[in-house]
Amino acid sequence: MIKINGLSKSYPTKKNKNLILDNISLDVPVGQVFGIIGKSGAGKSTLLKCLNLLERPDSGNVIIDGVDLTTLSTSELRKERQQIGIIFQHFNLLSSKTIFDNVALPLKLQGNHNKAEIKLAVDEMLALVGLTDFATKYPASLSGGQKQRVGIARALITKPKLLLSDEATSALDPQTTSSILELLLEINQKMGITIFLITHELEVVRKICDKVAVIDGGKIIEQGNAFDILLHPQQPLTRKLIIEEESEKYLEQVNHYYQFEKSSNKHILLLSFVGDATYQPILNIISKSAGVEFSILRGELGRIKNMPFGQLLIEFECDEKNLATACKIMKEMGVHYEIVH
Amino acid sequence: MSLAIINDLVSNVDWSEINDATLDTLFMLGFSVLFSTIIGIPVGLILFLTSKGRLLQNRFVYMILSFVVNVLRSVPFIILLIVMIPATTMLVGTSLGAKGTIPPLVIGAFPFFARLVENSLKEIDDGIFHMAESCGASTRQIIWHILLPEIMPSLIASITVTAIALVSYTAMAGTVGGGGLGDLAIRYGYQRFQTDVMLITVVLMVVMVQLIQICGDFLVKIMRK
Repeated sequence: MIKINGLSKSYPTKKNKNLILDNISLDVPVGQVFGIIGKSGAGKSTLLKCLNLLERPDSGNVIIDGVDLTTLSTSELRKERQQIGIIFQHFNLLSSKTIFDNVALPLKLQGNHNKAEIKLAVDEMLALVGLTDFATKYPASLSGGQKQRVGIARALITKPKLLLSDEATSALDPQTTSSILELLLEINQKMGITIFLITHELEVVRKICDKVAVIDGGKIIEQGNAFDILLHPQQPLTRKLIIEEESEKYLEQVNHYYQFEKSSNKHILLLSFVGDATYQPILNIISKSAGVEFSILRGELGRIKNMPFGQLLIEFECDEKNLATACKIMKEMGVHYEIVH
Repeated sequence: MSLAIINDLVSNVDWSEINDATLDTLFMLGFSVLFSTIIGIPVGLILFLTSKGRLLQNRFVYMILSFVVNVLRSVPFIILLIVMIPATTMLVGTSLGAKGTIPPLVIGAFPFFARLVENSLKEIDDGIFHMAESCGASTRQIIWHILLPEIMPSLIASITVTAIALVSYTAMAGTVGGGGLGDLAIRYGYQRFQTDVMLITVVLMVVMVQLIQICGDFLVKIMRK
């Protein structure tokens, strides 16, 4: 759906080159939810603006649905933009227009729809986002979550194949965030719309992303399936971003403790498992067949998108040979492990 | 009895003359507000759109227009009235009477109004422009579908402020043969020491200003939702 090749963007000043995006290449397949996660100032927003060419990249191509946007004329580009929905952190609704007129705006801008068509389309969209009763109200009387629902309805009114999301839940409270994320997921699954989102919240990636890329200092430092990145981040920066501070501290503590512990038959492992493996009595099997004793130091069970996962910090008490057997069993069962100590 | 006292207090006042002068003032006010608005909105839009970082950024156009607006705003209105006499005669055929005051009133008021329009436009959140461009809106569509509706309440407030400024400008215009309440106040109140006439004209202008403000506030209130 989206193909970005060697995209770079800088805002040069007299002293500095100020490279904001450095040779970014991405491939977003049709129908997926693709997330870009990074800290503020990492270049996320600029990347998003480059996607519909609100910012023209210095070099590289942006190919959306087979069309290279960088080669289009202004009026062709305007047509293409009408096929891309976008939602914003601060909603960007027009305070002078009713909810109905806000949602109808993109259709009115296209200029080739009559009143009846517009009414039909807007009513359908308002029903989709659950705001049918709010059609004649003004944005000022809505809550943040409701405003974002209006934003989503407006973005989808032109039946785009692609929806861009610019920190859409960052201004919302946790509860509202999860209801908006559920709505986005529903849109992605029912309507088959590809979603490209940028965020700094791990929660967003965890709830709805299929694929994720981590951006830092204008570069993509790691990308892949959401659960791979979330469960076994490879790059130090990604680890820092993803593993919560607490568990990181905990790992440090454990390492410290075992430096003084003479016993060499204690091993600490970080196990992660996704999908069906989550429902298996993994530890029980390992314990029985490899003859190891275990205790759980820390653990987390949850879901990444719809995939159940578990991640446990385990202490095995056994010799090297038994540990090797345990590792073999885990490999067979599809459990990812990392020997921490 | 009481009526007689009042009649005695305003013995110099010729009510039919007051009536004519009020109508003259309203005529001057109405047309100058109308034309200042018609000229001021596009000028304000151009000032805004050609300024730095905006849709039609153009340093040259912005500087020229901004300079002209500043020059017109810095000329004292009483001077403008006199300087404009030839131009006024050319435009409306006379520099006298209520009709002859319209061109200087408009030239005096539209630059002020244009700046108010420009300022209202600056208040619009950048995100709105971002949204509009992302929807594929052209500059013309952005002006008609987004900018003008968004600034409508503050546009009405700006028209109110301009109209009130124009009330006192019309009084000044009276002194160079424009007629109206200001003319009456000067001819009778100042030159003939008829304080009662002056008092009546001042009261009428106060009432006018109050009415304009109340109407403006009311319109703004029903527009801001």
